[in-house]
Amino acid sequence: MKRWPLAGAASSLCVLALLLGLWWAASHGGWVSRVFLPAPEATWASLVEGLHSGDLLAFTAGTVQRMALGWGLAALLGLALGVAVGSSSTARSWLSPTLEFLRPLPASAVMPLAISIFGLSNGMVLAVVAFGAMWPVLPATVHGIASVPPQLTEVASALQLTRAQRVLKIDLPHALPDLLSGMRLAATVALIVAVVGEMIASQPGLGQAILLAARSFRASELFAGIVLLGAIGLVSNALLALAEARLLRWQRP
Amino acid sequence: MAAPSLALLAWWGALIDGSLLQATAFTLGCAALGLAVGGAAGVLLGTFLGLSTRAARAGFLSIEVLRPVPSVALIPLAMLVFGLGLRMEVSVVAFASFWPLLVLSQAAARQVEPRLLEVALALQLSPLQRFLKVVGPAMVPRLSVALRLGVAIALVVAVTVEIAANSSGLGYAMMIAQQSLDPALMLAWLFWIGCIGFAVNAGAQSLQQRVARRMGAVAAAVP
Repeated sequence: MKRWPLAGAASSLCVLALLLGLWWAASHGGWVSRVFLPAPEATWASLVEGLHSGDLLAFTAGTVQRMALGWGLAALLGLALGVAVGSSSTARSWLSPTLEFLRPLPASAVMPLAISIFGLSNGMVLAVVAFGAMWPVLPATVHGIASVPPQLTEVASALQLTRAQRVLKIDLPHALPDLLSGMRLAATVALIVAVVGEMIASQPGLGQAILLAARSFRASELFAGIVLLGAIGLVSNALLALAEARLLRWQRP
Repeated sequence: MAAPSLALLAWWGALIDGSLLQATAFTLGCAALGLAVGGAAGVLLGTFLGLSTRAARAGFLSIEVLRPVPSVALIPLAMLVFGLGLRMEVSVVAFASFWPLLVLSQAAARQVEPRLLEVALALQLSPLQRFLKVVGPAMVPRLSVALRLGVAIALVVAVTVEIAANSSGLGYAMMIAQQSLDPALMLAWLFWIGCIGFAVNAGAQSLQQRVARRMGAVAAAVP
């Protein structure tokens, strides 16, 4: 499979270029109305202009900040709850029915409730992002901790570790692979919820920017926003994958 | 905030005047339709990419570039193209459920036992026959796992689209209740959305488990 890495990369680039060409042809050939589908170069011009004037840059920073803060909060919350639920069977029997009911609830559905509690504010968006992004982290942590091999638990009790020591030295390192993949998923959720929150609560960010662009039929700005959101998703995912590979180096023989 | 008893009363009111059933039908219909469109496209393309290494390598970059685009970013675009309503919501749900099914069915097709493919070649089956008789059935257990994930995503995205933009369905009803300062009704909708989500997920999970039992257990790819 890895015999022709260069040929693979070249064919990959070709397909991407083909798709871009199709886009170009579709907008220039009039297959699709320009109102919906701006030409690639118009999108690029909007992107460059927006970044140059600083508008898009500020919106991007707002969205990234909201996403990152909410994601961090979600990781902390998910970790704390996950440790509590995973390491104590009492907590598990008390909490898990509630958690099972809340888990499939769409994060955005909590938004109206959050609006009536926090108002249309940045804090509301952050709270909902944290709530939504917590769900991938929590079960991953619980699973990672609950699957600690019994030998390790016996070692812990032989060494007379306190509960805090056991969590820090055995449970969490064992849960780390699950935790990290949960956090990667959480970043995707955080971006989505942050964008929805900006759309609803009119917080300055890319979500609000693309909604306004669509309402005023500025398709090239809309596409520039979509491109930036895709870039945020791509970069955050790549960074977390890199971090995962780094942190889990000990796993590989 | 409103007392749970008031919320229950509001729920009963919505059930009586028919808005509950109407909104539920709209949301579930959009989610199902979007999942059918996006999922079918994802499974077809994913199977193709899973069977052909060359195609997988050629498509790799395009998929990796397009996949991270958050589905909600397409809400304004879908609004621009379709206006509000059913088609706009279905298109966003289809986009959102396309990617996970693409990725998971690609993995499923790649893990089809190579000997089965050799048998299919030896029997000189046409590509369509090969897909219907060999590859398709071999993929079913893993596809049911993918379907479960797709169902969950479709429902979440449908409700999200309604909250953010669309003017029918469960999410919209909840938004309106909040905006008209009717916390009891809003909590009733929230609770109802929770119930629907729970029921749909439980249904998808039991379907997957039934498939897994019938087809022989498969190490689940998705927890």
